[in-house]
Amino acid sequence: MAEYQTIYLTLSAILFTIGCGGVITRKNAIVVFLCIEIMLGAVNLAFITFSQANQSPEGIFMVMCVMAVAAAEAAVGLAIFVLLYRKTGFINIDKFNLLKW
Amino acid sequence: METLEFILPAISYSAVWPQIILVATALFVLLIDVFKRKAKTASIAFISLAGSMIALACLVMTWPTSGGSSFGGMAFTDGFSFFITLTVLLILIMTIMISINYQKFFLGINCGEYYALILFATCGMTLMAAAGNLILVFVALETMSVCIYALAGFHKDQLRSTESALKYFLLGAFASGFLLYGFALIYGATGTLDIAKLGKFMTSHPQILNSKLLFAGLIMMTVGFGFKVSMVPFHMWTPDVYEGAPTVITGFMATGVKAAAFAALIRVILVPLISLKGDWTTIMWIAAFLTMTVGNIVALAQANIKRMLAYSSIAHAGYILIGFVAGTGLAQAGMLFYLLAYALMNIGAFGIVALLGKEEGEYDQISDFAGLGFKYPMMGVAMSVFMFSLAGIPPSAGFMGKFYIFTEGIKAGYVWLVIFGAINSIISIYYYLRVVVVMYFHPSEERVVMPKPSRTTVLALAIACWGVLLMGIFPSYFWSFATHCVFTLM
Repeated sequence: MAEYQTIYLTLSAILFTIGCGGVITRKNAIVVFLCIEIMLGAVNLAFITFSQANQSPEGIFMVMCVMAVAAAEAAVGLAIFVLLYRKTGFINIDKFNLLKW
Repeated sequence: METLEFILPAISYSAVWPQIILVATALFVLLIDVFKRKAKTASIAFISLAGSMIALACLVMTWPTSGGSSFGGMAFTDGFSFFITLTVLLILIMTIMISINYQKFFLGINCGEYYALILFATCGMTLMAAAGNLILVFVALETMSVCIYALAGFHKDQLRSTESALKYFLLGAFASGFLLYGFALIYGATGTLDIAKLGKFMTSHPQILNSKLLFAGLIMMTVGFGFKVSMVPFHMWTPDVYEGAPTVITGFMATGVKAAAFAALIRVILVPLISLKGDWTTIMWIAAFLTMTVGNIVALAQANIKRMLAYSSIAHAGYILIGFVAGTGLAQAGMLFYLLAYALMNIGAFGIVALLGKEEGEYDQISDFAGLGFKYPMMGVAMSVFMFSLAGIPPSAGFMGKFYIFTEGIKAGYVWLVIFGAINSIISIYYYLRVVVVMYFHPSEERVVMPKPSRTTVLALAIACWGVLLMGIFPSYFWSFATHCVFTLM
C-alpha cells in the first residue's frame, strides 16, 4: 500500500473517531446529526482510498450511494427535529425523557 | 484512445417483480391521496392491500428450483430470498389489514403517506434478503430504515411518538455509520463488494484470515447489524421506540425489520465469512447469551405491554442468535422457521393490543387487559394462543421454532448456550402467562371497551392464530420448506 493511502486511511479513522465521540458527548440533536455526517464522510474517504488501492470502481459507486442516502436521511431527520422543536421549544436530547432511555 | 465497452448484464425482471409491484403500488397510493375525496379515503388501504397481494402472487409464481442470481450478481433469486420475501410480504399484508381497524382511533394515519411508507419499507426489506452486493445491502437497509423512522413518528400530535422517532433516527443513523465503515474495511481487505466473490476470495486466499482489517470490518458490521436486530448491548433503543411508535407500526418493526436484518446477517456474515467462524463464534456466543438473559429479566418488571413485548423481542433475537452461533445449514433453516413463527405470533400480539383503542389514545398497560378474556372471548383466546406461543409452550409455532434451533445448537456442540436458552424460556413463561392470568382471573374494568373490530382485522388475526397453531401441530411441512429453501442458498 502506497504511503498516501496510509495517510488517507489514518485521516478517515481520525474523522470517524471524532464523529463517534461527538455523537456520544453532544446534547444538541442537530450537532449529534452533524457528527453522524462526519462519520459518513470518513466512510466515504475510506471507500475512495480502498477503491484506488484495489483498482476497482465499486468503492466509488458505494460513495455515490452513501451520499444519496445521507441526503434522504437528513431530510427525514430534519423533519423530525422541526416537529419536536415546534412542540417543545427545545431540541436538547437530554430533556426528552417521556420514554425512559 | 481507450474505448469503454458497455455490456448490459443479463437481466431477468422476474427476479424483482414483487419489488416492482410494491413500488408501483406505493406511488399509485401517494398519487390517489392527492386527488382524494372524502368517500375515497377508505379505498387507500384496500388498494395497498390488493397491491401487496399481487406482489405475493408474483413471488409465488417464481418458486425457485435452484440458486441463481440476476442483474449481474446484484440480486439473488434463491430459496433463501424467496422464504424471507414470503415472510415479509405476509407481515406487510397483516399490517395493512390491522391498520384498517387502527385508523378508526387515529384518523391521522388514514392517508396515502402511511401506506406508501409501509410499502417502500417492505420493498427495502425484501431487497435486503435478496441482495448479492454490499452496495444493495446498504441501500435496501436505508430504504427500510428511513421509512420506519418516519412511521415511528407518525402520531404527529403525540410527543411520545415523535420522541421515539428522534431516538430511533439518531441511533439508527449512528449504527449505519458503523455498518458502512465495516463494509469499507471488508472492501479494503478483499477488494470486492460482491458477496459471492467475497466468499470465493475467502476460500482462495487463506492468508487473508489473519488480516486485522478484515477482523475490524467484521466487528463493525456486527455492531451495525446488531443494532437492527436489537442485540444486547445495542438494544437500548428498542423498548423506547416500540413503546412510543403507533402499535401497528411496532408490530411491523418488531417482525419485518428483524426478519430482514437477520436475513442480511446470514447473507453477509454467516455465508461468505464462514471461514472466519472461529473469530466470531465467541463474540456471538456472548451476545446470544446476554441478549436472551437481559431481554427476559428486564421484561419481568414491565407494566406496559408494548414495552414488555419489546423486551420479549430482544429475548427472541437471542434465541435466533443461537442458530447463528451453530451456523450449519440446518441451523439456518431453523432461523428461517423461527423468523416465520415469530412474525406470526408477534404481529398477532401487537394486533390485539392495537384493537384496544380510545379516542386518540391507547390502552397499553397490562392491567388494562383485566377481565377481557371473558368479556371478549375470541380476543382472549387469540391473545392466549400468541402468549403461549411466545413463551414456547407446545403445540405452538414458538415451541417448534425453539426446538429446531436448540437441536441444531446441541448438534453443533454449544450445549451450555442451549441450556441457558432453555432456562431463559422458563423465565419468560412468567411474564407471558401473567397477561393471560390478568385477562381471565382479574375482575373486569368497565372503562376498557373494545369497539367492534373491522372484518379484515379479525381475518388477519385469525390467519395469524391459525398459522401459529398449524406451525406447531404440523411443523414438518414448514420445516421441509425451510430446509429446501436454505439448501438452494447460493
